[in-house]
Amino acid sequence: MEGQIVTLQDFMYSTKSITYLVIVAALILFPIFWRFLTSRDE
Amino acid sequence: MSDTKTATGGTLLTPFNMVAGLILLVGSVITVLRFTGGLGAVSNLSDYNPWGLWIGFDLLVGVALAAGGFVTSAACYIFGLKRYHSAVRPAILTAFLGYALVVFALHYDVGRPWRLPYPFIVQPGTTSLLFEVGACVALYLTVLFIEYTPAALEWLGLKRARSIVVKLTLLLTIFGVVLSTLHQSSLGALYLIAPSKLHPLWYSGYLPVYFFISAIIAGLSMVIFEGSLAHKHFHDKMDETHLAEADGVTLGFGKAAAFVLFGYFVIKVIGLAVDNNWHYLTTGWGVWYLFEIVGFVLLPCYLYAIGARDKNVKLIRRTSGLAVLGIVLNRLNISLIAFNYHLPSSERYVPHWMEIGITLFVVTIGVLVYRFIVTHMPILYEHPDFKEDH
Repeated sequence: MEGQIVTLQDFMYSTKSITYLVIVAALILFPIFWRFLTSRDE
Repeated sequence: MSDTKTATGGTLLTPFNMVAGLILLVGSVITVLRFTGGLGAVSNLSDYNPWGLWIGFDLLVGVALAAGGFVTSAACYIFGLKRYHSAVRPAILTAFLGYALVVFALHYDVGRPWRLPYPFIVQPGTTSLLFEVGACVALYLTVLFIEYTPAALEWLGLKRARSIVVKLTLLLTIFGVVLSTLHQSSLGALYLIAPSKLHPLWYSGYLPVYFFISAIIAGLSMVIFEGSLAHKHFHDKMDETHLAEADGVTLGFGKAAAFVLFGYFVIKVIGLAVDNNWHYLTTGWGVWYLFEIVGFVLLPCYLYAIGARDKNVKLIRRTSGLAVLGIVLNRLNISLIAFNYHLPSSERYVPHWMEIGITLFVVTIGVLVYRFIVTHMPILYEHPDFKEDH
């Protein structure tokens, strides 16, 4: 039963965990993308 | 054949005019059928599908693609990016025509045009999202009309009236941004009422945010797209300033669109994570969803970024067409394709050909009015009498 979502607590724990990871990834990727976008600007 | 000649000696019987004339003729006949025979005479709308192509395309797509007005005027007058000034008038005109046609097309759906002011005077309904959308669209259409009038007043030579309206520019721009933020998001919020009807991949508590952010993308892309069409067909109407600033507008808006598309992609992924919808991605609907996200969000994001980085104006202009198509697909997915997804195919909504005819009719009216205004009024050039005012 490990890893299975049964309760609302399980659901929130699982989805929030993944959401925070996505947000951290986005915060790292945003400046990289911005640098890619503007690196050839004068 | 003198009656088929224009004042400048050109013929009226061009392929474009003939096709436009045919669409207007057929559209007029369907209009009579609609207002004499009711919705059933010309549409496949039903109790299952009370909102069809006229809401999905004419309203949702129309409002999103008209977002260029508030995006461009905010960039120029609020953020002080004066190098985009030449793009403001074409963007305001496109937005004004877009909203005017949204209201015009709404009459086909709602019927009884004399009842259009009812939400304001008969049943206030201030807790209704539709009231909020109606109020904002009515107010913003008025704001856009006033923002557009300097061009018409210059054309008419009414200097005093023009100088009064021009003084209101900043106030109108702020109004425009506030009203657009409200109703662009509220259009998405309308679908929050149907969690069991809209497929989970498109349904999200973040729908208002998605609609607003994608409207900014639509606005930026539409300014580039419309600019490229204007360059092709109205090049002779453009003055030196407009021609000189055109590439800068395309590159700047392309860069902004790439960044906003990237942000839009991130919040779409966050939506998937919050609702734990990952498992739907392996279904048929998931493939269709990924087609929209990869083909019309990530791909234009990448192409815009490459175009802005390499200063490739042509690539950005082509990408704007892809991004505009993406907005059309997104709004149709939410309002028609992924809506009522659980119904058997016999109950699914497919637009009647006369509904498509009315949509073409509305778009054609927009193109013809745009062409008339651009060829007669100072939209793509500065009026010689007011050059020092710009």
